[in-house]
Amino acid sequence: MKARAFSYFRAGTIDEALAAHADAGDDARFIAGGQSLVPALALRLQAPRILIDINHIDELRSVRREGEWLRLGALTRHCEMLTEPLVAEFAPLLRAAAPFVAHPAIRNRGTLGGSVALADPASEFPAMVLALDAEIEIAGPSGRRCVKASDFFIDLFETALAPGELLVAIRVPLFRSNQRIAFDELARRRGDYALVGCGMIATLDRDRIADISIALFSVGNVPTRARSVEAVLVGSSLDAGRIAAAQAALSADLAPADSDDVPAAMRVHLARVLLGRLLGRLGEVR
Amino acid sequence: MSSAPTELDESDEAVRVRMVVNGRKVACDVAPRVTLVDCLRGQLELTGTHVGCEMGACGACLVQLDGRAVHACLMFAVQADGARIDTIEGLSESGVIADLQAEFHRRNALQCGFCTPGMLINAHELLSQVSRPSREAIRDALSGNFCRCTGYEAIVDAIAAVAEARAAAAQGRGDSSR
Ligand SMILES: Cc1cc2nc3c(=O)[nH]c(=O)nc-3n(C[C@H](O)[C@H](O)[C@H](O)COP(=O)(O)OP(=O)(O)OC[C@H]3O[C@@H](n4cnc5c(N)ncnc54)[C@H](O)[C@@H]3O)c2cc1C
Ligand code: FES
Ligand code: FES
Repeated sequence: MKARAFSYFRAGTIDEALAAHADAGDDARFIAGGQSLVPALALRLQAPRILIDINHIDELRSVRREGEWLRLGALTRHCEMLTEPLVAEFAPLLRAAAPFVAHPAIRNRGTLGGSVALADPASEFPAMVLALDAEIEIAGPSGRRCVKASDFFIDLFETALAPGELLVAIRVPLFRSNQRIAFDELARRRGDYALVGCGMIATLDRDRIADISIALFSVGNVPTRARSVEAVLVGSSLDAGRIAAAQAALSADLAPADSDDVPAAMRVHLARVLLGRLLGRLGEVR
Repeated sequence: MSSAPTELDESDEAVRVRMVVNGRKVACDVAPRVTLVDCLRGQLELTGTHVGCEMGACGACLVQLDGRAVHACLMFAVQADGARIDTIEGLSESGVIADLQAEFHRRNALQCGFCTPGMLINAHELLSQVSRPSREAIRDALSGNFCRCTGYEAIVDAIAAVAEARAAAAQGRGDSSR
């Protein structure tokens, strides 16, 4: 199908993009990589009157270190997660998730900002942003603000972004040498959205887990932290008994709905299997 | 800003888009809602780029945007203003994928040919990034390209064979850079 008619504005700066959105009101959409928005327009799930193209805003582009944070501009393309040395060094969890996001040509165009702003519950990056306790920089008509990832994802495709606000950058705490990560997902076909996926980052104190953060996706309306599992793991080492206890605790963190092809019980089962594998891997790399 | 029909007409008005397509400067007038693939196939009569699903799922519409493979159904032609676009026609004429094309032909890696332009553009990008990809890496790179005819095996064979041949040729030339 073809998109409904719209007019097009190419913004050169954040302020231009915000002003164009404010002028147009509710009927405007920002377009970044377009890899989710264009299909939605083609299917006429959305029919804005104006598209505001943010691809040419240089301020949204850079990846750089800022004190204790790695700051990733909203326009960081999925493919850059695989090639940017700063990401490999300081945000290896994002690097580990990137090959699972869609297919190569979609990764050439899709952006981190677009993925997080859309907040598809089956997407890898929103969940990893949550796992990393990242901060989301937002620019709006009334100025700039920063929102913690834990406050950002509100409900299905609903975030702390108000209409007309622009996601500017994501800041993640720098990866440290006493930390370990693990990521994997289960999908029916390579490149498909996951049936269930999980990523984690642990801080080690010798062989014990001083701190761990675990986030799952495709398990409900929003990316989900496994807080009960984390509580079971903190302070202990990753032996088989502890992993089994962590797997048992997972059902307290998840309440997926039945869907046509995946019953809730199956999804929880798959999540448990995946959690066990990933904790096993975390244990091995020490 | 009164009646809706007037506004729709306004936003559907054509805008001038300038691109370098296959090395040639072109300008065309398209409504903002016209996708790049429709502009290429319609106005520019470059029908080598195919269009299937129009939603990023099949990979038939791949072109190169400033040297990287992208879906021409997932961007609007106005977005390509000022960009360099290379289609299967340009890559064929330049000869850079001649070995891939010959190997696809030799191994029956195409039947109806609908998927082939997209397959070739993806294969070309893969081989420019990794000189000897594993079969798994090849399958991974093609994960967004549907083929309804071949069952994929011959396509993977052809790409693997070209990778080998190119690597052997590079070695013969004493070229250790790849
Ligand atoms: C076939 C296919 C398979 C895919 N598979 C996966 C997958 O496995 N995993 C996955 O995570 N994704 C997948 N995707 C989606 C892809 O990752 C998208 O790139 C991503 O979801 C959105 O990023 P984008 O830059 O393309 O955003 P766009 O499509 O441009 O925008 C998406 C939404 O976010 C808004 N937006 C974009 N940028 C900003 C910003 N800076 N500030 C405020 N709002 C903004 C837009 O207005 C729009 O509402 C797939 C897509 C396709 C077509
Ligand atoms: S037509 Fe573009 S992916 Fe199918
Ligand atoms: S050859 Fe017919 S779709 Fe691939």
